[in-house]
Amino acid sequence: MTINVSRRGFLKASAAGTTALLVGVNAKGVLAAGSTASAATDLNPFVKIDADGTVTVIIKHFEMGQGTTTGLTTLVAEELDADWDAVAIDFAPANTERYKNLFFGAQGTGGSTSIANSFMQYREAGAAARDLLVRAAAQKWGVDASSISVENGMLTSGGNSAHFGEFVAIAATLEAIEKPTVKTPDQFKLIGSEKLHRKDNTGKTNGTAMFAMDVNLPGMIYAAIMRSPKFGGTVVSFDDSGAKDVGGFIAAQVLPNKAGVVAFGKNTWAAFQARDALSVEWDFSAAETRSTDAMIADHKAMLDAPQFDVNHEVPLASVAPILADAATTIDAEFDFPFLAHAPLEPENCTIEPTENGVRVHDGCQFPTFTQPMVAAVLELDPSQVEVKTLYAGGSFGRRANATSDYNTEAAMAFAVSGRKVPVKLVWSREDDIKGGYYRPMSAHRAKIGLDADGKIIGWDHRLAVKSIVKGTPMAGMVQNDIDPTSAEGVAESLYNVPNFGIGLSDFQTPVPINWWRSVGHTHTGFVMESLMDMVATQTGQDPIEMRLSMLDGGTANQARMIEAIKLVRKISGWKKGDKRGFASHLSFNTCVAVVADITVEETSVHVNKLFMAVECGVAINPDVIRAQMEGGAGFALCAILRNQITLTDGEVDQYNFPDYELLRNEEMPEIEVAIVPSNNAPTGVGEPGVPPTGPAVANAIFAQTGKRIMDLPMTKAGFDFV
Amino acid sequence: MQYQLKINGESRTVDAEPGTPLLWVLRDELQLTGTKFGCGVAYCGACTVHVDGYPTRSCQTFVEDAVETEITTIEGATDKVAEAVQAAWREKDVVQCGWCQSGQIMSAIGLLTENPSPTDADIKEYMYGNACRCVTYVRINEAIKLASQKLEA
Repeated sequence: MTINVSRRGFLKASAAGTTALLVGVNAKGVLAAGSTASAATDLNPFVKIDADGTVTVIIKHFEMGQGTTTGLTTLVAEELDADWDAVAIDFAPANTERYKNLFFGAQGTGGSTSIANSFMQYREAGAAARDLLVRAAAQKWGVDASSISVENGMLTSGGNSAHFGEFVAIAATLEAIEKPTVKTPDQFKLIGSEKLHRKDNTGKTNGTAMFAMDVNLPGMIYAAIMRSPKFGGTVVSFDDSGAKDVGGFIAAQVLPNKAGVVAFGKNTWAAFQARDALSVEWDFSAAETRSTDAMIADHKAMLDAPQFDVNHEVPLASVAPILADAATTIDAEFDFPFLAHAPLEPENCTIEPTENGVRVHDGCQFPTFTQPMVAAVLELDPSQVEVKTLYAGGSFGRRANATSDYNTEAAMAFAVSGRKVPVKLVWSREDDIKGGYYRPMSAHRAKIGLDADGKIIGWDHRLAVKSIVKGTPMAGMVQNDIDPTSAEGVAESLYNVPNFGIGLSDFQTPVPINWWRSVGHTHTGFVMESLMDMVATQTGQDPIEMRLSMLDGGTANQARMIEAIKLVRKISGWKKGDKRGFASHLSFNTCVAVVADITVEETSVHVNKLFMAVECGVAINPDVIRAQMEGGAGFALCAILRNQITLTDGEVDQYNFPDYELLRNEEMPEIEVAIVPSNNAPTGVGEPGVPPTGPAVANAIFAQTGKRIMDLPMTKAGFDFV
Repeated sequence: MQYQLKINGESRTVDAEPGTPLLWVLRDELQLTGTKFGCGVAYCGACTVHVDGYPTRSCQTFVEDAVETEITTIEGATDKVAEAVQAAWREKDVVQCGWCQSGQIMSAIGLLTENPSPTDADIKEYMYGNACRCVTYVRINEAIKLASQKLEA
């Protein structure tokens, strides 16, 4: 067996000469116990308990702010009956077999799945650890295990009482039960508690939390890359004579894939300055050279003849004759821009040489991709690439891409540097805004047929968007030629729509695109909920009543959505004829309904308040759920109000926050979040707040002005936001 | 060039090129990485430190201009106001990704030092320059109010 460096790190981290109890999955994939004293322990733990009673939860997901460290810790601490304040966290090393996301089969974070996939796994690890400690205490005290109670990290039986650490040595010698009994919801003390505070609170308020960009290693050099100003361009030649005048400049080299030139400096500033002083000649023969207007026109042209029927049972050709018989039709077209994720910590990655290979320091979202990608660049075996996961200063999807773009760049920079010293690659904000991996542009066209009674009889829906997964290592997600992330939100609409045909075209461009918080739902949710509002207006129905009537199909998710809609109607005091905006959307298996209260003065819009109701199964950390709804709503507002990445002759027009402006403090509306009570398994919360927020605001603008927003961002319709 | 800086009450000597932003001196030379890089153009506030007691964007402060000033970073923010702000931040569970929060906290300390009882409008105006991509503003504002109450009590 190979013990990787991080595992050795765990072992070393235990106090010298003492044993710590480990509980995790063994090589057979079942729960097992082990100890740090046993070098042969073939176990990568979820839980470690030290002799001093400290419980460490090993977090298999990364923390980008979504609260995973708090959530996974809650699951273990609940079943373990640990003292919440004495529970620490550590991030797992790269090990797909042991730390995979059970929904993906890969070690990675995304799709709002962290809690959902870990719910039973981390609870069972906590329950198994508790059982081991109880049996160890029974042995040590000579009492029956059933006489022992556990609370706040203490075991008690009659007059005996001691903390977890007292029993670690014995517990580590016992066999773990493979399928421990977990608590029933009525026994929960921590799950659902309003009293728990975030585990990353302290480090993130005193400056000690370690993010990837905070890595400082002896002898480290810094790297910045000059990339092609047009996506898909390659280096022909470069001149670094200007860089030689920059103090602290070390050297410049073409990247092995010719995608850019890397400048090395003795600190970040020197690397940036030297990079900016490079003069590079590019080959643009394979590059994107169109401008945004032409690309919008090209998307719309693809709507005339969609390449694929998303719903094979209802091909578009079958909908046409039905629409021909409609009493009235609603026709609408929408288009959406590229969007940058703009995590506040710009992309960065440090590659450090080790005895056996390299160590990658990263706010790593997908170790399963990063490890082999870095290994391939450096011609190493993946086992020679250790991934050290640190806090990530946001991601919103940016860090999870199948090419591991910035990790790969860092590896290339390390390769051309001579591999002797650690190399830290840092992106400037300009690199981030201009660097691609955007939410793709898209265009939608819909024709909805209504009969004389205003009932929908058919719906022809077409969209054009570049596929996120085709041509990548994630192409396995494609089903019958359809990238599910392109049409999600339309294709899996909860509404009972008869004769609902959906046509999809895959737009082609060298512009790198990626998932952006809530992925396809960022545009499909906006379109569906705007169209539903248009139907309600056309037929004189209350938007909420109309939706409730179209959800009456009896599926579990329809029932959950009805609950969310009724709850937001209640907390917002919605009345028929309301001049506020409503929208609701299912994404990542979570239902969110929103009422937007706005004021419009001429063309100036102020969002006063958002009411949100969420059905996400059992609420593990209610306050984290509220925070994710607040953040998701604000993230959506910023995008629909004013954010866009545009191109002129293939070059990005925006450069930094002055022209890709984030939502500001004074622009954030008041917000009220209500959670539908549930004991069902938890579903995602990181993304589902995004999709319904934009259309709720757009529908409110329509209610007050009669102006329907169809081209995003809204500034294109002449609105500004105050 | 060698520069003598006074940071968090200590005298520190650094070797840096003239024109280097204080931000990179703090982060790369002094390992004071609590101060963050977000945009480099004074548009996000993640790099906010105090220079002679005033919240200042360290990405726009040249190292030579920081000589003979008193610089305080998040690592040295330990006075009564700072403690109240940080405690309020934890009580309200403000942070998400956390990257902007050192800057938010340094600005909030500046606000409460100048104005111990800010109104909602005062808070929004003062904090305008500190951007949060996770959009934690609701809680930032609640935490500032809470810190204000703690300081008054």
